[in-house]
This record gives sequence, structure tokens and C-alpha cells, in this order.
Amino acid sequence: MSTATIEQAHAGHGAHTEPTGLWSWITTVDHKRIAIMYFLAATFFFFVGGVEALLIRIQLWNPEQAIFSAELYNQLFTMHGTTMVFLVAMPMAVAFFNYVVPLQIGARDVAFPRLNALSFWIFLFGGIYINLGWFIGAAPHASWVGYATLTSTAYSPGLNTDFWFIGLSIIGIASIAGGVNFITTIVNMRAPGMKMMRMPLFTWMTFVTSFLLITAIPVIAVALIFLGFDRTFGTVFFDPSMGGDPVLWQHLFWIFGHPEVYILILPSFGVISDIIPTFSKKPLFGYPIVVYAGILIGFIGWGVWSHHMFTTGLGPIADSFFVAATMIIAIPTGVKIFNWIATMWGGTIRFTTAMLFCIGLLAVFTVGGLSGIMHAAAPITLQQHDSYFVVAHFHYVIVGGAMMGLWAGLYYWFPKVTGRLLNETLGKWHFWTTMVGFNLTFFPMHFSGLYGMPRRIYTYSADLNVDLFNQLATIGAFIFGISALIMVWNLWHSARKGDTAGANPWEAATLEWSIPSPPHHYNFPELPVIRSREPLWNDGEREEVLAVTMLEPETEPVMPVPSYWPILLALSITVAWGLVMTGIWWVIVLGILPVFFCTLMWAFEPAFPEGH
Amino acid sequence: MSQTTPVTGSGSDAAGHAEKQGSVALYIWIGAILAVLTFVEVAVYLIDAFEAVEVPILIILSTVKLFLVVMYFMHLKMDHRALTWLFLSGVVLAVFMVSALVVLYHVLPRFA
Amino acid sequence: MAQAVAASAHDAHDPHATNTGVSNFKLGFWVFLASECLFFGTLISTYMVYKGSALEGPYPAELFDIIKTTISTTVLLFSSLAMVLALHYVHEARKNLAILWLFAVIAMGGTFLVMEYFSYIKYIGYGLTIGSSTFGSSYFVLTGTHKAHVAVGMIWMAILAWRLHKGKIPPSKSDQVEVAGLYWHFVDIIWIVIFTLVYLIP
Repeated sequence: MSTATIEQAHAGHGAHTEPTGLWSWITTVDHKRIAIMYFLAATFFFFVGGVEALLIRIQLWNPEQAIFSAELYNQLFTMHGTTMVFLVAMPMAVAFFNYVVPLQIGARDVAFPRLNALSFWIFLFGGIYINLGWFIGAAPHASWVGYATLTSTAYSPGLNTDFWFIGLSIIGIASIAGGVNFITTIVNMRAPGMKMMRMPLFTWMTFVTSFLLITAIPVIAVALIFLGFDRTFGTVFFDPSMGGDPVLWQHLFWIFGHPEVYILILPSFGVISDIIPTFSKKPLFGYPIVVYAGILIGFIGWGVWSHHMFTTGLGPIADSFFVAATMIIAIPTGVKIFNWIATMWGGTIRFTTAMLFCIGLLAVFTVGGLSGIMHAAAPITLQQHDSYFVVAHFHYVIVGGAMMGLWAGLYYWFPKVTGRLLNETLGKWHFWTTMVGFNLTFFPMHFSGLYGMPRRIYTYSADLNVDLFNQLATIGAFIFGISALIMVWNLWHSARKGDTAGANPWEAATLEWSIPSPPHHYNFPELPVIRSREPLWNDGEREEVLAVTMLEPETEPVMPVPSYWPILLALSITVAWGLVMTGIWWVIVLGILPVFFCTLMWAFEPAFPEGH
Repeated sequence: MSQTTPVTGSGSDAAGHAEKQGSVALYIWIGAILAVLTFVEVAVYLIDAFEAVEVPILIILSTVKLFLVVMYFMHLKMDHRALTWLFLSGVVLAVFMVSALVVLYHVLPRFA
Repeated sequence: MAQAVAASAHDAHDPHATNTGVSNFKLGFWVFLASECLFFGTLISTYMVYKGSALEGPYPAELFDIIKTTISTTVLLFSSLAMVLALHYVHEARKNLAILWLFAVIAMGGTFLVMEYFSYIKYIGYGLTIGSSTFGSSYFVLTGTHKAHVAVGMIWMAILAWRLHKGKIPPSKSDQVEVAGLYWHFVDIIWIVIFTLVYLIP
């Protein structure tokens, strides 16, 4: 497993031998190891969600067929969406935040390493919890948006929705903690001279994303509490017969949900903003503009949520406001695209796999953005809402945008993590099968959607004449599945036998490339002084930085000690929340006691060894 | 928290400790003002003559109380500006959300 | 912190442990408070959305005793004052006074909870429950969450008082108490907002 290889690579460095074995990973508080665990977990869930997608596509091959029951189909698309958004795209971005940001700003770890570990374990246990329903045939089934009143006990009497709201609330904790961690790290732990406007764009986008996380997740947390209380304790937040408004759920969900999609895309925008300059041998065009555009997207993203609700009858005044805001947000997004293109213009382009994924993103995301702008017009949405046109749109931006950006990042930073390069031939196969498979899957959906095929229903009528589009989509999905297998094969093969990469295989500009690959566990022997945005591209500065970062110190810096309290606390939180499902108040209170105990132990345990 | 241990000095207020620390007298004054403002709020609520302007006055008074607690008791006025920006981002968004939902539900005409 | 360790190891040119001079713990906690604004903001928004539209009673006007609630509000306000004094004495290394004022915080927080508990009993007696109307649901969940925060705060203060007693909180580690104070004041602020929007505004 790549784990063993990384450990072997680490073992070659200096006096400290990186501990190996499962226990060392379970108790780690090292941001680099946590990042690897996030990546592996996200990849695992990617296959889970991918299988769910393939089963959906099999079902939809022909009209009016029922290989799977309607109920099972509902579970499949619900879990596909929930898994891909919360258990794949977000944690995979977090994997990159974790590994790369401290290295880019010249820090030895994040601000709160034990909180970092806690976030990971909470995410993992929460993700497992949501999926537990599969084992009793009661996976969540009310779609990833869980609209009231479908999620009420009247219409979802089983445990399905309980798994959903409990699992998601657990995961929410991880995200908020992560957001706090990264904001603090970025504000407080930059190397000397690393002003905010000298930080790499990926770190900047991590910063903006973290703000979105800490502000948006509490909203859905409360919404889930309302839903949970309605189901378990008889409140009437969304019960129309008692004056509750189901549309309030939609408001609260989308007040979270829209910033959420910017949480999904901004990290990838950050990734490609670092990669494109490297493989164009040119600094990013208009760095400050790209930064401000990112901040603006995050900010305006808070004002567009009801464009998901154009069909709920909010009225022309409300609708107009959200139409305007949604159209406005396209501007900073478009600006970034022009900046990336301008960066490439006149540069010396190297078409590595990482660069291919970046260019692919530019093309594919633009298509998704165009269909998005179409949705921005409320009258058009009245026809497109709940049709496959919407499915096409968001897959173009999430898969073609967010995921392709992360895969670019994978090919870019893999050498830093493992000390080996991913195989470029396999990489190109990965890229092209992705492009073919992905576009074949989702482009036809624009058509089937416009011809009236509704989403979230287990079958469709033959009279719609959308059979061909569905069949193309199913074939495309399987090709896309093959691309995922190629990726995993590349990871496996290259981690063991890939070409050795040095500290800076891409001749890139930013600080993470100034230290060995893989880095020492303490990252930097001494902190370099930064004088520009591209420290490794400026003569003079490069030599000064490398003189400091490539040192082998006689005494290694002391790092935080490993701990088993994060995993224990995460487990106790998951169990405590899970007990909410029983609805018995004293059971729930009992569940809180271990949480209290573990919190105390985790909080008051010294971070460093005695005497430091 | 043990994380603060290596940050030498007295937590965050190493330098200029004396002048940054408010005096006991200041705190008691603020406390008294807060109590007075609370009583004024209740008076405005109870006295019918104020009914027309009740809502804006109450909102202004609570905002002032909030401001006093945040700036002085929570020491934000004297601390690094970054803390103000970080906290303000949350406050601004929360105020926006509450206002938006109030407008959507209570101000705009309902069609549904 | 990892960064601060650098200051003690080889970095002659890194005198500051953090870029802002504020500890990670304190800075991170302010960020957390920003997220708590959204958490309570959502609860408050929901209350405001449903304000005035409960399908059946009892209604707020029949239930709320403004005088009692003003008293409990003032108690909570003064507990914030007690908190600031406790921190002040931690800075001055006068641990017994600090512990005394922490106990005052706990006592006043407890008084607030007890008074509010009795109002809950009264409301339930009138027929307002968590499920009797949208008013009941939104009121109890909003204020209940607030009270849970107060309770957690009281436990936190008790732990700090114990640690102070054991001599584990010298002035150099005052951040521990300061951050607890931030939490407590924040909970107080939320109550200021709730008091105005729920009890005072018609």
C-alpha cells in the first residue's frame, strides 16, 4: 500500500524514523498523515458513490424498466448525491488543504493538530454512520436535499431519514472544526515575510472556503436539528397542519446549500491557479484580481440561495432579487477564467497530466457555467427545474469543475507526498477516458432534460423519446468508471515504482517545493523569510530560501505528540448522536457522558512532550 | 489550553499589558450602563406612548448593549484588528440572514 | 504551538510565535464565535419567521412576564461583569479572588437557569409545549439551546476554578480564562438579542 512506501521514504531522512504501523496512523496528529487518510477515505467513498451511480444508469438504460424497485432507486440517488458531496468532494479538498497549506505558508503543522485529527475521525465515523442504513435496507431515500415534508415521519416512517440527519450533523462538526483550524493557521502561522497578498492562490482559496464552511454549515446543522426534533420529539417546524412551513426547510437548506457549492469549487479554482502558472512558466495573471474575485464569489454566494426555489412561489420581487444576484456572481467567476487563460497566453506550456486536467476544467466548467446562467433566469428555471437539464448542469460544474481540479492537484502534488511521480502515460489515459466518459454521460442530459425527463424518479416514459440519450449516458458512465480504475491503478503502481521526484520536479515557484519530497515530519528545519509571491522563481530569493529549507538540522524541531483521544472522542460523539435515533431521552443523556469525559481528556492533554 | 503554553508572555497581552487591561472601575461602569439600558428597554416596551417607535428603539438599544459587551468585556476594541474582522464576518452574515428571512416572510406579499 | 516551538529552536529571525501576536487558541475561538453567530442566527431567524403565526395558543402575550425576564436578563448581564473581574484577577495572579468571581459567574448563571426553568414550567402548565404550535417549537428550541450553552459554560467555569485552585493557570496562561470569558460573554450577547426579539418586540 502506498502507506508503506511513504513510510519507507520517510525512514530515509535524518535521525527521526517515522513511526509505522496502524497505531501510529490512528493516533497521528500530523497534518500530512491526516491528509493522506482523508484522501484514501474520500477515494473509497468515491467508489461507493460511483457504484451507486452505475446502478442508477443501469436502471435508466431503458424506459419503464424496474430492475430496482422505486424505493431502492430512491436510496441509490439519495446516497449517490449525499456521498459524492459530503464524503468525496469535500473531504478530498480537505485532504489537499491539510497537506499543502502548511507547506505553502511555511508552517510546521496546522494551528490545532489534535482538532485536525478529531475532524478526520468524526468525518470518517459520520460517513460510515450514514451508510449503515444500507445494511438494514433502510438507506436514506429522500434525496440529498431532504425536502420537508417528504422527510417527516408521516412520509418517511422508517429509519432512513434518521440515518441521514444524524450522519450529516456529525459530519458538520468536522467541517466547522476544519474551517476554524485553517483560518487560524492561515492568519496566524505564515512564515516571516509571507504577507497575505504573497500567499499562493491555493492557500487563499482555502481561506475563503474555510469562511464559507464556518458560516454555512451551522445553518444546515440547525435545519437538521429542526428536522430531527420534528421526527424524534414531535416539534412542528415543518408540519403544515400545525402551521409549520415546509418551504422554510428549503430556505435553510439552500442558505447552506449555495455557499456549499462554492465550498466545492473554490478549492479547485485555487489548485489550478497554482498549477497553470507552473506549467506556463509564467506568474498568475492578475493575482490580486483572482484573489478578490474569489472573495467576492464567496460573499455574493451568500445572496443567491433562492435560485434553487424559483418554483416555490416566492413572488416576483424575491425572485428578481435572486435572479440579479445569481447573474452578478457569474462576473467574478468569468474574470477568473480570463485570468487563467491570460496566464497561459504567451507562456511556455507543458502538457503534463496536471495541466491537461486544468485545461479540461476550463472547458468543461465553462459549459457548466453556461447552463447555470441559463438557470439564473427564473422563467427558464420553471421549465428546467427537477429535470435532467439541472442534473447536467451541476455535474458539469462539480465533476468537470471541482473534481477535475482536484485530480489536477493529485498529479501535481503526488510527487511531494510520496517522492515519486505519477505515471504520465497512465495519467493521460486517465484524463482522456475521464473527458470522454464524463461528457458522454452528462452532455446528453441537457437534451433529455429539455425534452422533459424528470429527475429523481426510478423510470421514465417511452413517449418522451429520450431512450438514446439515456443509453449514451449509461455507456459514458461506465467509461468514466474505467477512468477511475485507471486512476487508482496509477496511484498504486506509482507509489511503489514511480520515477523518483526531487524536491521540485515541476520547477514550480511556491514554498512547498523548497523542501524534500516527501517532507520531513517537521516540514521546515528553519522558517525561511519570504520576499515575493514566487520565492523559487526569483534569483537571490530562491537561494536564500533553499539555504534554509533544505538544511538537515542537528536537533530536530519538536512536534506535537500523537494521541488516541481524537479517535475516542470522535467515536463517542458518533455514538451519542446515533443514540438520538432511539428517541429515549435518558439514553441520549447517558450517551453524552463519554463525550464529556473524552472532551476533557482531549482538551487538557498536553500537545507537546514534557518540558516543551 | 496547552496550545497557549509556548506562546510566551501573558497569553495574548504580553506587551502593553497594563494599558490594554481595563480597570475594575471601567468594567463596573460598563456593567451599570448595561443594566440601565436594559431598564430603558423595558420602559420603552411598557409605556404605550412609545409604541410607534418601539421596534427601532429596541433594536438600537440592544445593538448598543451588544457593542459594549463585545468591545469592552470581550476586549475586542483593544485587541488586534484581525479578530474584529473575523468576528464581524459572522455577525454581518447572521444579520443578513435574519433580515432576509424576515423580509421574505413578513414584508413581501405572499402568493402561495 | 508548532510554530512557537520554532521560536525556541533555531529561528533567530522569528521572534513572534504568531503573525498577529494573538494566540492561536484565542484567534481560533473568535472564528468559532463567528460560526456560532450563524448557528444562533438560524434559530432566531426561524423564531422570527414563525412569530405571530402560531395556529393555536397559548400566545406570547399571555405567557411572558417581562418583569421576571428582565430580572433574569440583568442577572446574566452582571454575570458577564463577574467574568471580566475573574479574568482581571487571573491577570493579577490573585487566584483566590479569581476563583471567587468565577463562582459568582456560576452562581449567576445558575440563577438565570433556575428562573428560566420556572418560567418553562409555567408555560408548559398553560399548554405551551415543544409540539403544541410553531411558537412552542421555535421558542423552546431557541431558548433551550441557549440554556444548554449557559449550562456548558457553567461547567467550563467550574473546571477552570478547579485548575486555578491547583495553580495551573498563572498569568502567562490567562488565555484559558480569557477564552472561556469570550464564550460566556457571547452567550450573554445572544440572550440580549433573544430578549429583545422574542420578549420585547411585538
